[in-house]
Amino acid sequence: MIAADRPDRYSARLLVVEADGTMRHLPRAALGALFDPGDLVVANDAATLPASLHGTHLPSDKVIEIRLAGWLSLSDPARFVAIAFGSGDHQSRTEDRPPPPALSRGDRLRLGPLEAVIERLLDHPRLLELRFLGSQAAVLAGLARYGRPIQYAHVAEPLPLWDVWTKIAALPFAFEAPSAGFALDWRMLQVWRRRAVGFSTLTHAAGVSSTGDPALDLRLPFDEPYRIPEHTAAQVARAKLCGRRVIAIGTSVVRALESAADPDGSVRAGDGIATGRIARGTPLRVADAILTGIHQPGESHFELLRAFANDHRLERASATLTACRYRAHEFGDSMLLCRQQPPPSARGA
Amino acid sequence: MQTIDDLQGLRVAVTGGTSGLGLALVRQLTARGACAAFVARTTANVERIAGETGAHGIVGDVGKKEDIYAIALQVAASIGPLDVLINNASSLGPVPLALLADTDCEELESALAVNLVGAFRLTKALFGALAASARAGRGAVVINISSDAAVNAYPGWGAYGASKAALAHLTAIWDAEAKPDGIRFLALDPGDMDTPLHALALPDADPSILKAPELAAAEIIEKMLDALPVRNAPTTWAHA
Repeated sequence: MIAADRPDRYSARLLVVEADGTMRHLPRAALGALFDPGDLVVANDAATLPASLHGTHLPSDKVIEIRLAGWLSLSDPARFVAIAFGSGDHQSRTEDRPPPPALSRGDRLRLGPLEAVIERLLDHPRLLELRFLGSQAAVLAGLARYGRPIQYAHVAEPLPLWDVWTKIAALPFAFEAPSAGFALDWRMLQVWRRRAVGFSTLTHAAGVSSTGDPALDLRLPFDEPYRIPEHTAAQVARAKLCGRRVIAIGTSVVRALESAADPDGSVRAGDGIATGRIARGTPLRVADAILTGIHQPGESHFELLRAFANDHRLERASATLTACRYRAHEFGDSMLLCRQQPPPSARGA
Repeated sequence: MQTIDDLQGLRVAVTGGTSGLGLALVRQLTARGACAAFVARTTANVERIAGETGAHGIVGDVGKKEDIYAIALQVAASIGPLDVLINNASSLGPVPLALLADTDCEELESALAVNLVGAFRLTKALFGALAASARAGRGAVVINISSDAAVNAYPGWGAYGASKAALAHLTAIWDAEAKPDGIRFLALDPGDMDTPLHALALPDADPSILKAPELAAAEIIEKMLDALPVRNAPTTWAHA
């Protein structure tokens, strides 16, 4: 077990970058004491789908790996945007993986107990839309039993599903773990409750964070559906009304909240689709701070941070994280980045 | 059996849902309008009961670690945030029943794997789905099916009784821990029922003096409702 049993789990670290740029190093467990009464923490409670499926491209009889990367429609959970790979596995660098066999619309794929048909080829050789054949229950059972979580090259042993579900995981909606949520546990939630710090959730279909293919990575994140419960929207409204902070646990929460935001900082409850990138210059209406993993400049997750702080501040934070050897992978350390005051409108300090 | 839709929109998962008490629960819950998912090991039985009741049938063995998240994923994907989880699947341990000194370690382990560890694992995997329901103000309840063998020292019931006693105490502690999160835990003893499990344990028992599983199921559903927030109208349960 990676997420739960790592001996270093309790020594995870946290870099706090305050609104005025002050930086502090803390054990991540100190998160429970960081926020003020009335502040609201919002996390993504999406559970992670076993989105990697190995099998055969039936017309060519060649091996293929399919990584489900996005929903085409939540009302039709058998249809997905997917990324195709040829032979090899996650331990090969993606750029070294052979392309998938030549694909055509209508081709059938056998993926363990599941059969799928390619409905559409998109404008990248690895990118396609597919539909699983069979009843919804059979597709779900096949995915649950045969699919594997999308794996990480930096993790030696294959990750089972329980390692990619956060403690709060509820609905299987995400294609990769909303990994900032690994920082939370039920004890921390109880500490927040005792201190009158609010906690709420939304469900966002976090997609693949990186494919290793630069051309594909430029297109990330794909459009991602989300669902904001009414009680979460009400809590956000209350926090904003009282002038308290809203702390987003991870980039997916920022994407959902800002996509659903009205100009006054309230958010619309219900289902929506988060489209486009949040980046430098994107005005933030809801999120006052973000808890994030440690990401590198250029990754879509990092680019989102530019909406919270200017380049100078992010460069300082990155240099500090590197110098102090913060761990950058999905199960690594965390940074709490508070929105810069005044808002980051310039590249300078 | 009531046929009114007074449980419409309530989302319930039941393990061991194709025989005995579990089957009676699935039938009554669906007849009363609940959105139910159930788990059992045998594909043909799961398909038959799913077809009969309209509940979501899931093939899996709660005694196997590698099955748990596949089960949890299917429960959460098919019925959404969970209002009620009923850990009903049970293993007797040695069959025929055996004195502890005659019980193989593996037989004790297999009873613990289903009755204690399986219930723990599945509850943990679905805790987020239960908490999501609780946060929405719907409440959430985990019902662990216990037994008088958890309390009384019946010779021959060592593996089963010890596993159910541990489950009852786990339930009590989890209830104390999770109450602030809005999730209640109940350990309920349905009584000696005329079920296949009871027949396995005591083949010579007179079924006429045993409780009907349908009656036990109705009692459990009433206790389940008592533990959930008061409903003003059936629509209270409507999907979020």
